Amino acid sequence: MLRFLVRRLLQAIPTLFILSILVFAWLRSLPGGPAAALLGDKATPEKIANLNHVLGLDQPIFVQYFGFLGRALTGDFGNSLVSTQPVMGEIVTFLPATIELGMTAMIIAVIIGIPAGYLSARYRGGAVDNVVIVLSLIGVAVPVFFLGYMMQDILAAPLGLPSQGRQAAGLDATAITNFAILDGIMTGEWDAVWDAIKHLILPAFALATIPLAVITRITRASVLDVLNEDFVRTANSKGLTQQVVRTRHVLRNGLLPVVTTIGLQTGALLGGAVLTERVFNFRGLGFLLAEGIERRDYPRLQALLLFGAVVYVLVNMLVDVSYGIIDPRVRVR
Amino acid sequence: MALLEVRDLTVNFVRRGERPFAAVDGVSFDVEPGQTVGLVGESGCGKSVTSLAIMRLLARRGNKVSGSVRFEGTDLLKLSDKDMRDRRGRDLGMVFQDPLSSLNPVIPIGLQITEVLERHRGMSRKAASLEATDLLDKVGIPDPSRRLSEYPHQLSGGMRQRALIAIALACRPRLLIADEPTTALDVTIQAQILALLRELVQDTGTALIMITHDLGVVAGLCDEVNVLYGGKIVERAQRHQLFGEPRHPYTHGLLASIPRLDAGRGEKLVPIRGSVADNIPWDGGCAFAPRCPNALPVCREVSPQLVPDHGGLLRCHNPVRPAVAAGGGTR
Amino acid sequence: MNTLLNKKKEPIDKLAAASGRSLGGDALRRMLRSPVAITGGVITGLFLIVAIFAPLLEPKDPDVHYLGDQIRPNFIPGAQSGFPLGVDDFGRDFLSRLIAGAQQTLIVGVLATIVGVLIGIIIGGLAGAFGGWVDTVLMRLVDVMLSFPSLLLAISIAALFAKPSQWTVILAVSMIGVPIFARLLRGSMLTQRDADHVLAATSLGVKRGTIVFRHILPNSLGPVIVQATLTLATSILEAAALSFLGLGDPDPSRAEWGLMLGKASHQFLDVRPELAYYPAIAIIIVALGFTLVGESLREALDPKNRR
Repeated sequence: MLRFLVRRLLQAIPTLFILSILVFAWLRSLPGGPAAALLGDKATPEKIANLNHVLGLDQPIFVQYFGFLGRALTGDFGNSLVSTQPVMGEIVTFLPATIELGMTAMIIAVIIGIPAGYLSARYRGGAVDNVVIVLSLIGVAVPVFFLGYMMQDILAAPLGLPSQGRQAAGLDATAITNFAILDGIMTGEWDAVWDAIKHLILPAFALATIPLAVITRITRASVLDVLNEDFVRTANSKGLTQQVVRTRHVLRNGLLPVVTTIGLQTGALLGGAVLTERVFNFRGLGFLLAEGIERRDYPRLQALLLFGAVVYVLVNMLVDVSYGIIDPRVRVR
Repeated sequence: MALLEVRDLTVNFVRRGERPFAAVDGVSFDVEPGQTVGLVGESGCGKSVTSLAIMRLLARRGNKVSGSVRFEGTDLLKLSDKDMRDRRGRDLGMVFQDPLSSLNPVIPIGLQITEVLERHRGMSRKAASLEATDLLDKVGIPDPSRRLSEYPHQLSGGMRQRALIAIALACRPRLLIADEPTTALDVTIQAQILALLRELVQDTGTALIMITHDLGVVAGLCDEVNVLYGGKIVERAQRHQLFGEPRHPYTHGLLASIPRLDAGRGEKLVPIRGSVADNIPWDGGCAFAPRCPNALPVCREVSPQLVPDHGGLLRCHNPVRPAVAAGGGTR
Repeated sequence: MNTLLNKKKEPIDKLAAASGRSLGGDALRRMLRSPVAITGGVITGLFLIVAIFAPLLEPKDPDVHYLGDQIRPNFIPGAQSGFPLGVDDFGRDFLSRLIAGAQQTLIVGVLATIVGVLIGIIIGGLAGAFGGWVDTVLMRLVDVMLSFPSLLLAISIAALFAKPSQWTVILAVSMIGVPIFARLLRGSMLTQRDADHVLAATSLGVKRGTIVFRHILPNSLGPVIVQATLTLATSILEAAALSFLGLGDPDPSRAEWGLMLGKASHQFLDVRPELAYYPAIAIIIVALGFTLVGESLREALDPKNRR
């Protein structure tokens, strides 16, 4: 098991290495060079030359890359052009919001998606199945940001839910970890906890749509596959109760591919978060990224792109490892 | 009273937009306690579907089952789902063809045995575990207590089939159905598994329905043999009768197409022409007629009935005569 | 024999016809029975017709500012006679712009998909055909591309250009498909390299290039078409997302659904929300249509489903 884990970790290293080269090259391939892009409208030839020297852009490319890599490993991505603060500091401050939102979204997607997919497969061809299929197909066809606006427009007022930000104006909650719910629980400010939950509901559902649709469909397809497996027939031939057949034999095997899907979708959440957080002014990494795009804040974009990709790689690694835990066939390989 | 009385069992495959197709067509046979009965035929002849229909393991969707399957006087086809679940694994056990795919890949072998014991014999997990060790030992798996915690992929093909047999026999059912239990195995392992089955059946007095396409398996195991073609029984005979004097041209063909060591050098293997793929339903003539060397004009017009013949049953207008059988190079 | 068999001729003919059916024909036959496929087909069919004949179908010129005098800050006139869906912030007929937008949306989606397929096929084809270190390097690159969440990948490309345009959007969106198609083609080539018909061709001395183009590519076509149909749907959605994030074509005369939706979502939701609803509904329906077609194609081409 440990060997499996170590090997999987080692496998990720070349990917991360190439990733760093690409992200490094990305900033260098900006039109007019990075200095011009960083200076934006204020660029004059002298200023560009000066900044090139300050940033070490007049040095050989290898020196530049290893400098970048070294700084990146210590978390130094330079300063944001928008806030003039270190980008890494921004990421640390905004990350908890995105984790909170992403986890809530994934919990929603899993809690609804797996039962929906399972029921759909069990009653294949029936009314439930058809409704689930249609909804899951529509789920991936709706632009996430539009769905967000619709929720604000249609649902927020009747449900009494806030549609902007993470915290009600005037609520003076103590921030310790920046995880709003956690902070509220730690300080015992229960109104802050409730407020944080209310602010999470709409954006989390918006962010959950695509993972929800995907998880539902994968669960359905996978359970259908398993239902046709010989070992399910064996389980029935043993006279096991339906409940045991369903949970121990069908679901347990049917959920294996779903684990991978959950992992992939978790890794991809930052993509959806850019849109959702922008719509709901939910100040997390996605918001930071959307703002960075609008203001062409390249240091911030570079850091966030690398961060998003690294998270994705690591999440995938975790998925592989957890797959090894639940599927004995993978473990021995 | 026979242990199992199958009467007029018919399974129709009903698919949307297609004509219903009778995969099993009016099959009747008995199994006495302790008796071993063979169901023989090529793939597609309906032998597996028959066994699944008896066990009520066919999907309800797309399969219409009629007739009756009396087990100790109770018609299994009329039982509620729940009552049937109570009987499966306890009164009737089943062993399948492919032991790898028939075992759950992500659950240890031990649990796959103990769950039956817990279900039908109300054992505690601990007692079931001891019993499972015993069972594995009985089916010839070495070091059984260690095997309990292993997964199917860690076992060899023969071991897996032994484990599957242990599962099927865990609650000492009175009837065991074995559906091609040796087909997926190596030849040497096949012989071991057959020997094991014979031994277990004799020791426990379990009746056995052996489903196979391999007449070699039948020769070593079965008391009575039913030959199926196109969903119908075409010949039934005691083992010696069948091998000594096959009456149906199809049975004869099956026997003639087996390579034999004692055949003369110049003697050719005689394959049956065609395959079941060009199989057509029985209405209007004998389904085997297009492939039959003995076919008469009447065979393509009138569907033959199953009639008593030489102490068995036969469905043929123009059966093989003993002399012809001898000339054909069989016993 | 023949006269005797006459009675059986009909079912036998049927069987012969059945075994003689091609995979494509069989798939088509199955699709025509599936309501999902038919719905998808009708939607995509209508969309294609509207997109191709857009200039003929537009009731008004989509570029003329009709009701400009009625437009004030925070007010856009709604539907009225002659303008069934109202006008946009420049006073242009919205129905005509939606119809024109079908064409632009199709162009963006199709071009992005084609570029993605081409680059992907080149990468995957090279990797599959040469193997060895070429394969290792190219596939590692593909892995890295796959390790960006798809929208981030598109953002990273689109953000590289100081001035966004239709072409930067197409290029950015096409990148999402590249790694998928590269993997698909490589996998398909690897399995087919050892397939009997390819081995047979190789043993007959057929050149490698010929084998790739005659035997391997045509046999990979099915999965590529399925994936391309699905990619077309995501391309349209991702293009809309880029527009929303300000990475779309800034040209105000361009009628493209993603742009229209992105702009309306930002600016006019309080004033005239229909301006967001219409393009959104259009996008949803079309994306759904292509997804339905893609999914039913996938199901129909899957040999598991053949009977």
